[in-house]
Amino acid sequence: MKSNAMIDRYRWYEMVGIYAGIALFLTFVLAPFVEGFLVSLKPLTYLFSSPYKFWPQNASFDAYFTMWERVPLLGRYIFNSILISTIGTLIGVILITPAAYAFARFDFRGRGPLLGAFLAVNMFSGAVLLIPLYRLMRSFGLLNTYFAMIVPGVAFVIPTGIWLLRTYMLRIPQELEEAALADGASRFYTFRRVILPLAMPGISVVAIYSFLTIYAQQFIYALTFNSKTEYMPLPVGLYAFFGRQDVIWNELMAASFLGVLPVFVVFIYLQRYLVAGMTAGALKT
Amino acid sequence: MTIRQSAVVFAWILLIPALLYVLVIVAYPLADTINLSFTNASLRRTYDWIGFDNYRNIFKRGFSEVILRTLVWTFFSVGLKMVIGTFGAVMLNAAVPGRTMFRVLTMPPWIVPMAIGIFMWGWMYNGQFGMISGLLQRFGVIDGPMPFLAFGTSAFWATIVTDVWIGVPMVTIYLLAAIQSIPRDLYEAAWADGAGRFYRFRRITLPLIVPALITMSIISLISTFNSFDIIWILTQGGPSGKTTTMIIDTYRTAIGSYKFGEGAARAVLICIFLSVFCFAYFRLISRFSGATMR
Repeated sequence: MKSNAMIDRYRWYEMVGIYAGIALFLTFVLAPFVEGFLVSLKPLTYLFSSPYKFWPQNASFDAYFTMWERVPLLGRYIFNSILISTIGTLIGVILITPAAYAFARFDFRGRGPLLGAFLAVNMFSGAVLLIPLYRLMRSFGLLNTYFAMIVPGVAFVIPTGIWLLRTYMLRIPQELEEAALADGASRFYTFRRVILPLAMPGISVVAIYSFLTIYAQQFIYALTFNSKTEYMPLPVGLYAFFGRQDVIWNELMAASFLGVLPVFVVFIYLQRYLVAGMTAGALKT
Repeated sequence: MTIRQSAVVFAWILLIPALLYVLVIVAYPLADTINLSFTNASLRRTYDWIGFDNYRNIFKRGFSEVILRTLVWTFFSVGLKMVIGTFGAVMLNAAVPGRTMFRVLTMPPWIVPMAIGIFMWGWMYNGQFGMISGLLQRFGVIDGPMPFLAFGTSAFWATIVTDVWIGVPMVTIYLLAAIQSIPRDLYEAAWADGAGRFYRFRRITLPLIVPALITMSIISLISTFNSFDIIWILTQGGPSGKTTTMIIDTYRTAIGSYKFGEGAARAVLICIFLSVFCFAYFRLISRFSGATMR
């Protein structure tokens, strides 16, 4: 009789195969980061030398200091990126939470089709709707403001946000609300005092998801709806340097790494909840 | 008002903010796109109804070529995401030491601001100093520097690879979750009957993750079809239009030349394609779940 734990036992050549496979996979995933980091360490004269050398000689962190002079608004760009994502996340959570509760708990006519309609928003991207959005922003007088970059992005985190949080709320036992209502609490009070505290972990997942999504995708709106340098988020701020002939690559990469840092911090702390929440919501279709 | 009625009213109060937001930011622009596509709108405040002229003009200017290119680009990108994602998910599912860390290391391309990941690829594709050209020369695969973004064919594939890179983490993590939700007794029964590892993959894992594969394919299909940042940053649609997809062409027409009407007609065509994809998806998934589940 073979023991069941044996199913996970690998022979040595299977072990080698698995690690080789993982190494191959992670090389593809991580190569740009490794290369980007090494480039940020290479002095410019060395960087533009042939033939190619993988490891930097005379590696230094100079670029991390000189970039502040070459990109004077760098600090501002990073601040803008964080600001846009934070406000977008706040608006998103405020809109998503009540809607998710309505879909999770209340039976009203047209609930199914309406949820479907929300999810259909995922089909479109800001890029397809850019022309009317541009006109809309112009008529609201929002062009060249922070809000032009915040408002469209939020709309595209709402569907997934509602879906994730609805899935979470469906797991909260209904008896708690019924008890509160039976005690004479109003519906709004029940929502605020019973559901919100219980749904906090789910709301956090939605908040992290929104923050990361908005942070990752703040290129096209910022490129199109804003031309003021001081409002630019990091990707667009750096893109201005990217397009030029004399790109200061080591500084561009150094600045990029600095801009990635906030999301890495958020992510490393919270990745476990995020992955669990996202996949739970996704597999329950 | 009965209790039931008050519950319905309360539900709508909860829904209205999100509903209004989506109506203004997504539904109205969608309707406006369709409306504009029949006009000669530009930066001027006034415009005229011109019927189907925009649609006729589109095809006079070689848009069918752009459509075809977009479909090929999307097909290879989604296909590669699925193949690499399945490979990654199976590898990361293996019970080996360090797998938790390997799973976390899969995520960076997904969470990093897209544009910044693309900057890094931009350098990697550099002919003189980039890593890919450098290593290929070192190993004698190519003779001289290869600027990947300077030639039509290589730029086409370079943008696909970058798109795959950005999409692979999500596909991998979803498929990994799908694999992990397969009941373990299936594997144990097959294993007790002497089925080998590869056989178990082909006869248990693969068939049972088909719904997840279909779902991920459509999600990737939609995001790839809408993909803008990658091509815009790396090539802006060049060299000589060889990486111009429908989205890039729309952006160029509408925002680059302020031809809102013509741009809108292109955007409508994109929406039609997206709707067809979604319709096909629902047909596929309902047929599949009808046939094998429950």
